[in-house]
Amino acid sequence: MAIDRFTGENSILFIRSEQLFDWARRHSLWYMAFGIACCAIEGLMHASGPRFDFDRHGVFFRASPRQADVMIVAGTVNEKMAATVRRLYDQMPEPKWVIAMGACASTGGPFREYPNVVMGVDKVVPVDVYVPGCPPRPESVQYAFFRLMDKISEKTGERLAARHGSAG
Amino acid sequence: MDPRHLVEHAGWLTDTPPTDVGFVPASLRRAPMGVDALDTERLIVNMGPQHPSTHGVLRVLLELDGEEVVAAESVIGYLHRGIEKLAEHRRYNAVGTLMDRGDYVSGIHNELAFALAAEAIMEIEVPRRAQWLRVLMAELNRIASHLVWYGTFGLDTGAMGQFLYAVRDREALLDILEDVTGQRMMFNYVRPGGVVADITPTAVEKIHAFLSTIDTHLDEHDQLLGGNEIFQGRVRGVGTIDLETAIAFGLTGANLRASGLGFDVRKDRPYAAYDEMDFAVPMSSDGDCLARYLVRMGEMREAVRIVRQCIEGLPEGEFMAKVPKVLRPPVGEAYAAVESPRGELGVHLVSDGSDTPYRMRYRPPALYALQAAEAILPGTLLADAVVILGSVDVVLGEIDR
Repeated sequence: MAIDRFTGENSILFIRSEQLFDWARRHSLWYMAFGIACCAIEGLMHASGPRFDFDRHGVFFRASPRQADVMIVAGTVNEKMAATVRRLYDQMPEPKWVIAMGACASTGGPFREYPNVVMGVDKVVPVDVYVPGCPPRPESVQYAFFRLMDKISEKTGERLAARHGSAG
Repeated sequence: MDPRHLVEHAGWLTDTPPTDVGFVPASLRRAPMGVDALDTERLIVNMGPQHPSTHGVLRVLLELDGEEVVAAESVIGYLHRGIEKLAEHRRYNAVGTLMDRGDYVSGIHNELAFALAAEAIMEIEVPRRAQWLRVLMAELNRIASHLVWYGTFGLDTGAMGQFLYAVRDREALLDILEDVTGQRMMFNYVRPGGVVADITPTAVEKIHAFLSTIDTHLDEHDQLLGGNEIFQGRVRGVGTIDLETAIAFGLTGANLRASGLGFDVRKDRPYAAYDEMDFAVPMSSDGDCLARYLVRMGEMREAVRIVRQCIEGLPEGEFMAKVPKVLRPPVGEAYAAVESPRGELGVHLVSDGSDTPYRMRYRPPALYALQAAEAILPGTLLADAVVILGSVDVVLGEIDR
């Protein structure tokens, strides 16, 4: 069994480039410093603060969308903001992920009755992880990042399996 | 025409060799040939809505001549979510959830303003213990709010360390607030008639632990950011709002007190139990960003004093008055104002006798502060514009409502 780690199909010697890249992506998920509303205090400020310290997971904030991998939509998105959110998402380089943080970004939350409010940011950009709560605790956002890491490694496996399948 | 200036520096066209330092040719003292004839263009910089130092989704259009701001216009509405309108469809006990999300950094003050307005219409007698608990929670929330401002204002001036220290102290405060109210930010704690829960023994312990460290921590903050020469160079004499401008724009709170008028709702129109508290109102007459910094840091120390008095002299008794489950205030209207960390936060409530408000008008102090900041921006440098916008402490949730 032990020798399989070195010579087996998914071993270190025969690691595929996708696996290597996705392993690197999993551990350097830089998010964009883009707080919209209340959730930004919890999900962006306290997250990078001393108690929760997302930096230890490789999760750190960047000021520009060009340098970011993850967009945390932290707050209510209204019609005026939606175009900006989409534009910022388009400016991020591939591969990119979106976390819808809080009730507002997921469904419209307590403001969904108001006609100006977009009922969930998934109407504007594709969302990978939804975080419930109003606002979610920083631990919830931490868990969302763990789920995102899982999702990235699952996607690698799926891609590889699909390629094996098509190759016969 | 001599074509050499197209490829070479204009200074080389003169007969004098440039190595002769005793004589500087006229052409060297000017910009290279060709540029003089051009008109310089004014640049319009779009700051926001995604910008790390606009404190939310504020968008400011700046017209720049070189590095100097010629004109500034703020564009708001990126967080408009109809709090005033939605309040017309919420029962009186549930409006607090919306008020929390208005100025999300100081939720207790928002709830308190609404509760005071509702109580004024219904003429409810609030128990004394509830009044003191309101003051206690409001002052804890004021420190938490000022810490957010302190941390991000330092970021605006280019510092980083103070942000982490501010979040450290804020975590201790949020632990206390969570222990009492059950939530870290959106409390819905103050209701018409009193408060929703009594203070817990563990919260009292946490408050004592917080009080034993906060004084040294505040000294630390003063040394770390306020004592920093670079920070002082960035804020001293920058963004001066004189008293006339401040009054003309309707500034309140720390921004007004930094300009030299000691108006404080807690002193001038006391609400809750503030008339029983002993505290000073920090003031300055300089009106610049340093004055606003010093006034807010002083307010944090005064808030600590009030918290000490509250925890020592908390009266016994009920924490909620006898009010019906569904509140139906009589027909009437009332205005109630509280001193939120940003200034006079007022709620004008109109009741038509049903179980939901007929109209709720919400006076956000940060809206007036933003307009005053916008008015003093022309003539300043671009780097100072960021500092000025940071110094007046705007929260966009409150401005856009």
